[in-house]
Amino acid sequence: MERRTLFPGKLLPALLILPQLVLTLVFFLWPAVQAIKSSLEREDAFGISTEFVGLENFADLFGDPLYVAAIGRTAFFCVCVTLLSMGVALVLAVLADTEIRGRAFYRTMLIWPYAVAPAMAAVLWVLMFHPQIGLVGAWLNRIGIDWDYKLDGTQAMALVILAAAWKQISYNFIFFLAGLQAIPKTILEAARIDGARGFRRFRTIMLPLLMPTVYFLLVVDLVYAAFDTFATVYAVNAGGPGQSTQTLVLKVYLDGIVNANVGSSSAQSVVLMVGVIVLCALQFRFLGRKTVT
Amino acid sequence: MRRSALHLIPHAVLILAILLFALPIWIAIAGSTQDSAAIARGEVSLVPNFDGLGVYRDVLLDGSAGAGPVWRALLVSAGMALAIAFGKIALSLPSAYAVTFFRFPFRMTAFWLIFLTLMLPVEVRLIPTFQVMSSLDLINSFTGLTIPLIASATATLLFRQTFLAIPDELVEAARMDGAGPLRFLRDIVIPVSGANIAALFVILFVYGWNQYLWPLLVATDPKLDTVVIGIVKMIGVDTATEWNKVMATAVLALIPPVAVVLLMQRWFLKGLTEGDK
Amino acid sequence: MAGLKLDGLRKSFGANEILKGVDLTLADGEMLVIVGASGCGKSTLLRLVAGLETPTGGRILIDGRDVTQADPSARDIAMVFQNYALYPHMSVYENMAYGLKIRGLRKAEIRAKVDAASSLLGLDALLDRKPRQLSGGQRQRVAMGRAIVRDPKLFLFDEPLSNLDAKLRVQMRGEIRRLQRRLKVTSLYVTHDQVEAMTLGDRLLVMHQGVPVQLATPTEIFERPADTYVAGFIGSPAMNLLPGLMRRNGTAIAVDDSEFALGPQRYALPDGHPVFLGIRPEHVALAADGMAWPVEVVELLGSEMLVHATRPGGATLTLRTPNAPTGGPAMGETIRVAFPAERIHVFDRDSGRRIEPA
Repeated sequence: MERRTLFPGKLLPALLILPQLVLTLVFFLWPAVQAIKSSLEREDAFGISTEFVGLENFADLFGDPLYVAAIGRTAFFCVCVTLLSMGVALVLAVLADTEIRGRAFYRTMLIWPYAVAPAMAAVLWVLMFHPQIGLVGAWLNRIGIDWDYKLDGTQAMALVILAAAWKQISYNFIFFLAGLQAIPKTILEAARIDGARGFRRFRTIMLPLLMPTVYFLLVVDLVYAAFDTFATVYAVNAGGPGQSTQTLVLKVYLDGIVNANVGSSSAQSVVLMVGVIVLCALQFRFLGRKTVT
Repeated sequence: MRRSALHLIPHAVLILAILLFALPIWIAIAGSTQDSAAIARGEVSLVPNFDGLGVYRDVLLDGSAGAGPVWRALLVSAGMALAIAFGKIALSLPSAYAVTFFRFPFRMTAFWLIFLTLMLPVEVRLIPTFQVMSSLDLINSFTGLTIPLIASATATLLFRQTFLAIPDELVEAARMDGAGPLRFLRDIVIPVSGANIAALFVILFVYGWNQYLWPLLVATDPKLDTVVIGIVKMIGVDTATEWNKVMATAVLALIPPVAVVLLMQRWFLKGLTEGDK
Repeated sequence: MAGLKLDGLRKSFGANEILKGVDLTLADGEMLVIVGASGCGKSTLLRLVAGLETPTGGRILIDGRDVTQADPSARDIAMVFQNYALYPHMSVYENMAYGLKIRGLRKAEIRAKVDAASSLLGLDALLDRKPRQLSGGQRQRVAMGRAIVRDPKLFLFDEPLSNLDAKLRVQMRGEIRRLQRRLKVTSLYVTHDQVEAMTLGDRLLVMHQGVPVQLATPTEIFERPADTYVAGFIGSPAMNLLPGLMRRNGTAIAVDDSEFALGPQRYALPDGHPVFLGIRPEHVALAADGMAWPVEVVELLGSEMLVHATRPGGATLTLRTPNAPTGGPAMGETIRVAFPAERIHVFDRDSGRRIEPA
């Protein structure tokens, strides 16, 4: 899709696009290239020289049981967060879309959580689930459940999944609601007259027409769960206890900055990069050129 | 079938959902006014203690164990959010304009390069970007905090979509009136995109305010801590944590982004749902 | 058994009363066209019958059954919407089969019914296509196919032809008429287009501001409109309504200083009673000794011309006359007109209602 009516000139547009282009090159593309380069190198023990080692870093990565475990863990985490947050958001959107009174109020009250930072989501859930001071956490311990996410890996994973999904529900809700409202009312009326009610109407008419939104949110949520949740997971327990909540993005940070293993961290960055590109390519195929053009 | 209790179910579920979101915030609000030692024993109540409001002043001026005065952190967060919001808009608008309203050599190449940034979130280019900043001596600077987050393509795509939809007649009429491209941009394109700009402002402000990983990396000087980073530091200091202060800071940290979203709700919704599709 | 019966039907939205009490009985197999300007309540009426809204008062009976509180799916009706409302993600076949599937018919039965409807409408070649691959007229036919396939007790049409271009509209009008006649299903058709109304309806219901104004056959409505609203609404160009006074003991009407005889009829109205003299543009005759009217605009329509004349007092007259080879009245000329007595309609000036001769 292009414009038919244009302005003449070649210098002006070049100047207009230059600032963004420069920043893009310096802060996106150059670092990306560097990451790829670093992933193919290894520093010596003293950090003085680097040698080209080809795909060795990658081989080491995929041979490292800790890394492979992190992949599985991250996949599990992403799927749980995505399903949970999309599922809840869809139910809420369908309810908020009906002709009930106070729709506008419900919508406003479900939109503001968009503003909560991933880190804040973690802080707030910690405040609720802390084994000693949290309202829910302390209560769980009082009724006999051994609740301490700082010691129990499964509980830690549950907590970060909940906190991450909680934060994203609002975003999904906004898009599902818009998608539902874009369905022409007459189509739903025709379905009613044809005899379709309630869940059947949702399953055969509304859901199929909502699929573009579903695909879009699927990709957005997976990317969110894979990357933006760094703050959420880190704030709860920096990936702990042990490695039980260490997702791939945390590993990049910990290996690269905390452990100064640049080669490995870069290789991990490249793996993540490939993952994002694949996801975006899939989204492109499903939604067609609508995302760009 | 008409007036059964069934038709109260949507209300019940929606109210439950609203409570689910409001509860953590309420706990923070109520807890912030209570005694730290009591909270540490697990006795936080849902009723705020109005005598405890002094905690807000304390936390603003003195901070808490592990973090500095909150007023400074709020200022840094605000500065960062505003810089990112304005910066990104100021950067993307001319680019989108150039790509849509002109034809020039390597136009599509430039566009695809910019589009590529969508697939490179900061977490993926973390270390090398840090190294670039370091070599440009921008670590621990305000510029270093904001610039790498400004250049990505989301705003450019949104603007491009809006610009593509501007009617041809408008351009032709303007050209007949003698308006050049820059005047057209200023007098017509920008006003027409007003709603998009407003929506983007909300999205970018929230995005900037909520950043964690990048500021964590780039700012080692505690004076440059954003309020989000400050809070995480506070809960990290487990034994000495003054929970009421943590809660108070959390409340303070939430007010600006939530306020921006609520006040600009209408534009925000429009921009979000029409832009990303 | 009546196909459809409406009993004192009323509908208000908050303080806004849209329908002020409608009584109606449709014979089985009859096609009734509800016509009126926008805002008259015709769409609301249709939606009430469909069950998409609930009435504030009154009853609806379809084929003898009280369906006033029933859900649309339980009324055994089918509706053709103005913008077709086809399911965009389903093929033409699936669109038509949808309602039958829900009712639990077996695949073979569904196939048979859909095939029958599609051959009736000429859709056989399009069964696998999606709505977005069809033209406006084709979509319209699919919408009708979807309604036919259900074999309902009542068809509802909500301005189905408004979105089509003029030529297509004429063609589809004929098809709808033929189809309805053939299937003999009781039908309620809503439109704002009076030509559609006149050509499609067995009877017409003219509505104005929530109230039924006249319920009669098209001929009756054209020849004996019940009031000035109907008179002005049906017929194009609209009927001329000239303010006048009764004269000569109910046998003449004076318009300004001219007098028009009402023929052998006599009207039971005193001299001086204010009335409107109604005369259709095609019935105005040119007469050498008639009332003088200065011509303002002449519109040439090919085989005929429309002459618009205005008198100094502001009164306007439109007349329709065949295009004379020697050229007819011209702008700026003054013509003289006469109204044949048997073509004059008399309306009471205050109430607007038609007055019949005594």
